[in-house]
Amino acid sequence: MASSSTPKYNSNSLESSSSKRTLKDGTNWEQNEEIPRLPGETRVTDKDVIYMCPFNGPVKGRVYITNYRLYLRSVENDPVVVLNVPLGVISRIEKMGGASSRGENSYGLDITCKDMRNLRFALKQEGHSRRDIFEVLTKYAFPQSHNLLFFAFVNEEKFSENGWMVYNPMSEYRRQGLPNERWRVTFINEHYGLCDTYPSLLVVPYNATDDDLKKVAAFRSRNRIPVLSWIHPETQAVIMRCSQPLVGMSGKRNKDDERYLDIIREANGQISKLTIYDARPNVNAVANKATGGGYEGEDAYPNAELFFLDIHNIHVMRESLKKLKDIVYPNVEESHWLSSLESTHWLEHIKLVLTGAIQVADKVSSGRSSVLVHCSDGWDRTAQLTSLAMLMLDSYYRTIEGFEVLVQKEWISFGHKFASRIGHGDKNHADADRSPIFLQFIDCVWQMSKQFPTAFEFNEQFLITILDHLYSCRFGTFLYNSESVREKEKVTEKTLSLWSLINSEKSKYTNPFYSKELNRALYPVASMRHLELWVNYYIRWNPRIRQQQPNPMEQRYMELLALRDDYIRRLEELQITNNSKIPNSSASSTSPSQMMSQVQTHF
Amino acid sequence: EIHIKEPIEKEVNPHLLPGELLLCEASTVYKYMQEDGSNRGTYGKLVCTNFKISFLDDDSTSDDNEPEFKNKIVGENDITLQCVDQIYGVYDEKKKLLTGQLRKYPERLIIYCKDLRVFNFCLRYTKEEEVKRIVSGIVHHSQTPKLLKRLFLFSYASAAPNNTDGRNQTVMFDTLEDWRDELERTKGNVKYKTVTTNEGYRVSEKLPLYFVVPICISEESILKYEGRGIPIWCWSCHNGAALLKMSAFPKEQDDSTSQMQKAFMDGIYKTISKPPYELLKMDDLSSSLPSLQDIQTAYTRFKQLFLIDNSTDFWATDVKWFSLLESTNWLEIIRRVLKKAIEVAECLERQHTNVLLIEESATDLCCVISSLVQVMMDSYSRTKSGFQSLIQKEWVIGGHGFLERCNHLRKSEKEEAPVFLLLLNCVWQLVQQYPPAFEFTETYLTVLSDSLYVPVFSTFFFNSQHQRDTSASGESLKTQSGPFRFLTVWDWSVQFDPKAQAFLNNPFYAEKPKPDKNQRKTARFKHQRQLSLPLTQPKPSTKRGFFREETDHLIKNILGKRIGKFINSSDDPPNSFREFYESWHSKPVDYHGLLLPRIDGPEIKVWAQRYLRWIPEAQLHGGGTIAITAKILDLMEEVQSLQVKMDEEHSQAVSGDVHSVTTPRNSARLSSLFPFALLQRQSVKPALPTSTWKDLEDEDDLVKRDDEFVDLSGDM
Repeated sequence: MASSSTPKYNSNSLESSSSKRTLKDGTNWEQNEEIPRLPGETRVTDKDVIYMCPFNGPVKGRVYITNYRLYLRSVENDPVVVLNVPLGVISRIEKMGGASSRGENSYGLDITCKDMRNLRFALKQEGHSRRDIFEVLTKYAFPQSHNLLFFAFVNEEKFSENGWMVYNPMSEYRRQGLPNERWRVTFINEHYGLCDTYPSLLVVPYNATDDDLKKVAAFRSRNRIPVLSWIHPETQAVIMRCSQPLVGMSGKRNKDDERYLDIIREANGQISKLTIYDARPNVNAVANKATGGGYEGEDAYPNAELFFLDIHNIHVMRESLKKLKDIVYPNVEESHWLSSLESTHWLEHIKLVLTGAIQVADKVSSGRSSVLVHCSDGWDRTAQLTSLAMLMLDSYYRTIEGFEVLVQKEWISFGHKFASRIGHGDKNHADADRSPIFLQFIDCVWQMSKQFPTAFEFNEQFLITILDHLYSCRFGTFLYNSESVREKEKVTEKTLSLWSLINSEKSKYTNPFYSKELNRALYPVASMRHLELWVNYYIRWNPRIRQQQPNPMEQRYMELLALRDDYIRRLEELQITNNSKIPNSSASSTSPSQMMSQVQTHF
Repeated sequence: EIHIKEPIEKEVNPHLLPGELLLCEASTVYKYMQEDGSNRGTYGKLVCTNFKISFLDDDSTSDDNEPEFKNKIVGENDITLQCVDQIYGVYDEKKKLLTGQLRKYPERLIIYCKDLRVFNFCLRYTKEEEVKRIVSGIVHHSQTPKLLKRLFLFSYASAAPNNTDGRNQTVMFDTLEDWRDELERTKGNVKYKTVTTNEGYRVSEKLPLYFVVPICISEESILKYEGRGIPIWCWSCHNGAALLKMSAFPKEQDDSTSQMQKAFMDGIYKTISKPPYELLKMDDLSSSLPSLQDIQTAYTRFKQLFLIDNSTDFWATDVKWFSLLESTNWLEIIRRVLKKAIEVAECLERQHTNVLLIEESATDLCCVISSLVQVMMDSYSRTKSGFQSLIQKEWVIGGHGFLERCNHLRKSEKEEAPVFLLLLNCVWQLVQQYPPAFEFTETYLTVLSDSLYVPVFSTFFFNSQHQRDTSASGESLKTQSGPFRFLTVWDWSVQFDPKAQAFLNNPFYAEKPKPDKNQRKTARFKHQRQLSLPLTQPKPSTKRGFFREETDHLIKNILGKRIGKFINSSDDPPNSFREFYESWHSKPVDYHGLLLPRIDGPEIKVWAQRYLRWIPEAQLHGGGTIAITAKILDLMEEVQSLQVKMDEEHSQAVSGDVHSVTTPRNSARLSSLFPFALLQRQSVKPALPTSTWKDLEDEDDLVKRDDEFVDLSGDM
């Protein structure tokens, strides 16, 4: 009824705006564009090469290398092929072909990137040209291995917003209603004396003294004691995070730790047991005893219930992503796509992480029991679980700013080892510490936003931008492993925050369909029937598998919004005119529906 | 004051349609909720009529919240007899398929439906004789062979007052004018003509009364082999290239007959191998596409994945979901069919070549491919009335054997094949890939697929126009009643009230900018995308006339020695398909122009709305695309009311507040399964997988490792 009788709003603006198009594989097809340069970015070298494009064949061009990026522009103008790659995404540079290489375009460089693509350049065999470019690239792509600064430290960009102001731990805890009569803020870690991978400000049970905390720290791997991440506004049940207890082969016990967990259990005023979620598979938790770790045994913790969530370790995740790349780059596996996808296990891992987070969230929300989450060290799987559970329970984290706070809090401040997991500026591409844990978390968030397209203030571009700058080293946000190192390196003084970029251009990252809803728990369905491969991220370099941009539904919605606003404006004008004739009618000046107000900034 | 709840004494009676008769019933039947296997459910009466099986809830009177989307003919607890897929009886916890005569009566009855609902009835509390009567009644009326005249269609048609909606814009293709208009619309009338040769069905009972053939085909040749071996027109492309179909001669023939047929065909080719017909490509679909048997096998496996008894089943199959899906081969068949349609579109659009689709009867895969090609190439087929006209043209009048393919009469499972469903599945892929290009929604396609099993409409209950005509007159049925006037499914008001019909219209549809009203009929604009295609020059016609060069191939093909699949002209670049496909995809989409589906692995998806809609575990509260649709519908209503206000202001009749109160749908309350789902489960309890653990044998050494190896035991 609505659609059939409504006047027709045509969405044919696509064609008119398409004269200047950007392919999503980072290849721009634009005319006469200057080579982009950020303030602080300096040109190092340039060279004629042939870009071996896996989709369009060899492209003759000139490559420009700066201290921030690799930029290629084709010689041919129709169309212009452009590559624009921050050096930070490079994971490995290899020489291909030797002096004796005969085949056409078989001599050159092969560059493996962290963002699911490879770049190949063929070079002429003359002089030291390849050696020179190889050395320059290696130097600037891996500054840490060459005693150079990250580009973030020489970046001179200016933004209207200061992203470093987004997260203030004290105001975030206050937003949650903390401290209160059961939970207190402690500065025991102010100089990272208790735990060098934790932030300086921690929230702990009111009834535990700083002395207690020190004793507990001795029994928790890397002193990562149980601290509060989130408190449920109604049930007062909390999500706590920590590392594994140091039980060891002999099954050690620690009275202080046991008492501390009991204090936590009692703090929400319920008589229920404390629920402990060990993110690992049972066997791994048992195996950890051999190296001094382990889990909370029933004898020592009679008031706690322990569940294993079966999420695999960082190495399994790394291998899984590698397999995924194999089936999507450069070509998408043609036959048996589904079984190939299944054999990477990538979505299965996503399912396990989401399932774990749902359990945590549900326990806190409807089970009214406080929850303790840990894995081995409490900075990978634990961060995934707590942050996803918080995203499900607290709608604040589903806003742009709230999500920034969530990442800043659960990941950056609580010591997810970004430097080790990503390998920023480090040439050891095969380092076993590298793992796509944060990517997996963002994928989970994307799955949720896909299932609930109106529940998140941010759009897909927001998530992709975060991932792009996870590698780019343009911002200080994801550099280093912990707050203590960041403080030493003066990151907030010397670099810019990624949130400065995003918050200065918020409309670009806003989901027009967002409906603000307070206090609604959002449980995704962690079933393979609903989980999808994030094509727009993992296969974005392939021009054949490309989603329409802009999204046609979004476009249609925006057109309607514009039309509505136009009507309102014209109506108001009309009424003003009419009101001069009819004395007692009131012209309305309020927005027609507050629900829509946040998207109006688009025009 | 004490409130005593009166026991519900009210007799619940089934809602019967005109001509519907109650055949048997049983009371105190317990219907389980599918939800959780907790044995929760409701008591009620199970009845069987000559139209449906129906469960009548004992306290159905308390139904105060009328669903927004409701079918007026088939309620949520109704199963039409044709919709029953399989019936199982449970004896001592063992499931047994029920078909014919029963010796023992089960304690539980599970009914699997063709629209993928699963009903679970417990008969333990029902009187024994009632059990006997209802079980054998249901099995008899839904599972055993039936005569055509016993279809409910006829009882309904003779009993129902006939008040069909005359304003239906669907072209039915049952008159000569309809075909002429279609020829004119597509500008095919230069080379093709309508023929009346089949009036009185003197050519063939399988062919429609009127159809279109190349201008030079003579009446005698059409009559010669009952229309076999004659190219029949489907559609003409804007550049004049046409899509044709032809039914081949049956394979087994003795020598002299086949010689005669060869001579006949030679004659046909000689007649028409002159201008204006130029290039022709032939495609024998029976060898270039999966067989009907393959399609049936694939679909049978596929649908099984969605007929889920309980939550445990759901999660048990979840772990291996992708490989299970793949092993059914259904999505691969969809991919191949879409690919074939792109190939045909490439010939027509880029090579300006006529395409002749060949199949034994030309009423199965020919219908799928020709319909798909038209949906992709003719934006009129993407409007609601255009799509309906297309189904009329290619399927209903075109003579697709719905009775056999759907096995409506339970005569033979051998002939069953979900050919029409295959088309809907393919169209759905396009609908979800290009939402603004279609006037209708996926919900439209879903209810259309459900309508396949509703014998109130004649649309899907005859094999041919001839069968329909003779049945309507009552002659062949030897019934006293008749002539009958049947309803068409395209009159959606029979099934849905206006509010529900709104869900069939796509709010994202980018309507075609209207040119001058007068121009509209004749002018067909070349769309940007068509113009920008790298057009290869049409090849000179000297080399091959219409048919000439390929006569031999064709004859070999048709006479049974099926060689080669796609008869590829040698001067075609082998990758012309790829090039065409990629070049199209590298340009922005014109929603009113040519539309090519994306067919890479990740792009072919499961039609979740149709297949997952009854599964509570798959439900997202406040999620799914319906959340977005609801938002845009709200906004449209708001814009509409503003418009009304504007008009009022202009006329200065009323004055007041600008904003009329439109109540926004709360998208958070809607389930992603909306407008379907049997139960509006409002619990906020998340669905939790019950079995997730899977071994990763191949990575065993990795699995056992810890994130980072550090000996923690030393520093204590």
